[in-house]
Amino acid sequence: MGCGTSVTSSQVKKSEKAIKAAILIQRWYRSYVARLEMRRRYALSIFQSIEYAEEQAQMQLSNFFTFMLDHFTQPNEPDSGKKKCKTKDAHNSLTTDNSVPDSDEMMGEYERTIEIPDSYYGPHLCFPLTVADTNALLQAFKYRQQLHARYVLQLLHETRKVLQQMPNITHLSTSYVKEITICGDLHGKLDDLLLIFYKNGLPSEENPYIFNGDFVDRGKNSVEILIILFAFLVVYPNHFHLNRGNHEDHIMNLRYGFTKEVMKKYRSYGKKILRLLQDVYSWLPLATIVDNKVLILHGGISDTTDLNFLNLFQRNKLKTLLRPLKSNTETNHEPQGPSLIEECSNLREVKKCLSRQDITKSSSSSSSERKQYCRDGAGAKEHVNLPGRTHSSPLGEQQDLESRVTTTACTSPDLTTKEWKQVLDILWSDPKHQNGCAPNKYRGGGCYFGPDVTARLLKRYNLKMLIRSHECKQEGYEICHNGKVITIFSASNYYEEGSNRGAYIKLNPDLIPRFVQYQVNKGTRKKTIHQRVSTVELSALKSLREKIYAHKSELVAAFRKYDPNDTGKISPSQWASAVESVLHLDLPWRTLRSRLVHLAQDGSVEYLSSFDALEIELPIKEVQPSLVETLCRYKADLEIIFNMIDKDHSGLISIDEFRQTWKLFNLHLNIDVDDESIDSLARSIDFNKDGNIDFNEFLEAFHVVHKFENKISE
Amino acid sequence: MPSHFQGNHCRNSMATEEKEGAAAESIIAETQKKITDAFEVFDHECNKTVDVREIGTIIRSLGCCPSEGDLHDMLAEVEEEEPTGFIRLEKFLPMMTRVLLERRYRPIPEDILLRAFEVLDQNKCGHLTKEELVKYMTEEGEPFTQEEMEEMLSAAVDPETNTVRYKDYITMMVVDES
Repeated sequence: MGCGTSVTSSQVKKSEKAIKAAILIQRWYRSYVARLEMRRRYALSIFQSIEYAEEQAQMQLSNFFTFMLDHFTQPNEPDSGKKKCKTKDAHNSLTTDNSVPDSDEMMGEYERTIEIPDSYYGPHLCFPLTVADTNALLQAFKYRQQLHARYVLQLLHETRKVLQQMPNITHLSTSYVKEITICGDLHGKLDDLLLIFYKNGLPSEENPYIFNGDFVDRGKNSVEILIILFAFLVVYPNHFHLNRGNHEDHIMNLRYGFTKEVMKKYRSYGKKILRLLQDVYSWLPLATIVDNKVLILHGGISDTTDLNFLNLFQRNKLKTLLRPLKSNTETNHEPQGPSLIEECSNLREVKKCLSRQDITKSSSSSSSERKQYCRDGAGAKEHVNLPGRTHSSPLGEQQDLESRVTTTACTSPDLTTKEWKQVLDILWSDPKHQNGCAPNKYRGGGCYFGPDVTARLLKRYNLKMLIRSHECKQEGYEICHNGKVITIFSASNYYEEGSNRGAYIKLNPDLIPRFVQYQVNKGTRKKTIHQRVSTVELSALKSLREKIYAHKSELVAAFRKYDPNDTGKISPSQWASAVESVLHLDLPWRTLRSRLVHLAQDGSVEYLSSFDALEIELPIKEVQPSLVETLCRYKADLEIIFNMIDKDHSGLISIDEFRQTWKLFNLHLNIDVDDESIDSLARSIDFNKDGNIDFNEFLEAFHVVHKFENKISE
Repeated sequence: MPSHFQGNHCRNSMATEEKEGAAAESIIAETQKKITDAFEVFDHECNKTVDVREIGTIIRSLGCCPSEGDLHDMLAEVEEEEPTGFIRLEKFLPMMTRVLLERRYRPIPEDILLRAFEVLDQNKCGHLTKEELVKYMTEEGEPFTQEEMEEMLSAAVDPETNTVRYKDYITMMVVDES
């Protein structure tokens, strides 16, 4: 190495000139790479901001569920009819406490009643499971085969039996094994799980694993991941451990894709599987402690986290964290009862308050303006906060609601607020860098905990460190709080191909964590850095444009404020603050500007051009534009509400249900779309006039597309 | 305020002077916002500091093309007396504002870049072999790491001939970025 004394060097005359040329090329290349790296980081921050904004919306929606479900389940409901029955069923299917018989008879029952046809070519399981079965499953899934519904139900049944034997917090020791492997979020990414097993070896008595929650949702293979994890759990109950994540929750699954995946893969038994799974989720342990020193749980902690309490309560009472305010007296009267919705959902301000000590930005005028927007934006949500506050409840009056609330209280063996809050905190929280503990407004649930909160908890329980997951990290892991908190995330390419690496931790008896990183690579030939960045970037910008389109009227109003003479142009910084005031995504708008709007010769922004280039892939033409915008904006919320009403998850909704849902939805968001437009929308969606709407496809059509892809990239 | 902004402009009236002053102010403000934005992308702890190893990416992403040596000098200017491994925005911002306003370390124009490749192409055949490029880039000047080299090769080398047609390569890279 070095010194230029190798044989070939004699052939090249080492002129001063060549060295200069080399330096120049190196300079140029390094700058090129740096610019791409920056673009990649920007793309990631777009993904993350949008993701968290959606989670926040999801948590906010949970209060609406409570409202809706409570509303429809009252036997003496004054208004009755077809709709009521339907929604009541929807409620049951969402909250079944334990309708599944709990004996071994079920195994035989499944065997008798569910026939496996000869044409089935997938893997066969033989209970009690052994290594042969886990191997068969891995092989089959590599070839994209599917496990028969009967086996799935049997496996879930066995899994629950094993889980029921486990405490809420599992204690492990490294003394009998060399190392324990800890993996973070998988989110349905089967290739990552298979890669981990390939690199790190299959689970066994000698090779124990802990999977730290969020096995499902988002990715395409959540079903397969659960099956593999549960099968290993059943085979190695003492050496294979699962912690519950915030996505092991059936209401989360409605929004983030797992419900859909199950229904698609198991048409006739999907509902049964989902129902049993709700119960299995509730039996998942909440945390693991290694050698009494390392605490492993999905999200984090808060200043009130009480491990002894968490270890003792009856965890299977908690089916979902997203239906917190179950109607009971306690939640009604407890003064500091939890409210998921904070008054103001301004991401930027939250982020800034949390993380930046000195807020030097925003003159007084612009900040008051921002508050104004904030109020407008949050106004609708405030109504959700308290169902009784909605002015024109078409389904019953406030009095009615309240009396109902108190009557149900005595009868339901409910979860206490404390139990709910304790679990919410450990499954939803994120670490922050400043001291203290603040509500996690960014996600809408759990909290942000500072280094001091970590230090106190570790000291109180004589622990050394906390390992958690829950956040995508570019390198697959991140260390913070002076090395006391480690984030581990195992789904590579989480947002988009090339967006991030995955990692797992090897923990040896010295409890010094060792990180192993990886990245699933689909293509055969390695992509160039430019191709990789472009993929991530385009996809991020696409999501961002969708957001922009969805807030079109608010944005236009905000732009116009800076443009009293209606010139169509505003300055770049006005544009940036207008966009941020509406979207609250805390993104570097100044830098993203050139990719989102057209710039005039004089450097000003032609603000309407943000929408010019966009168009919605819309199945119908005659619907009014504001309705389209609303649809686009609340696509995910609407989808989840529809999924609840569409109780068999067939994806078909009657016109009547469509109308009902819209009305509810309008009430929930306090948006004003008149009945006539809704009816006309409903009619026009039903192309074949059979009275049903294929809602899945309907929603999927509402993607914002780019009309002039080339023009923009100029 | 950087000195050259107070330089000897031809002044027609107080009004234009004020205008110019205001324009200069707004250029400075815009530049500083740009720098802060880029800095914050790497400020993982949200405490106005970044890891010293990321400073190069930040500076280069702002459109500068310094050599490693230049970078070293710039770093020396913003590092703490007792290096902590972190750079503070407070120190970075004035230095970087000056660099940008003085238009130092400008991007390398396409024709100059082409000439540099031609210098290395001693047979003047319009291409370098993969081995030649690797040799120059990893042994001369400010050598590439293995990762940087592999990255460059993945886009530069024609896998069929194992050569780098540098003129096409440069054109492609320039188009890619625009």
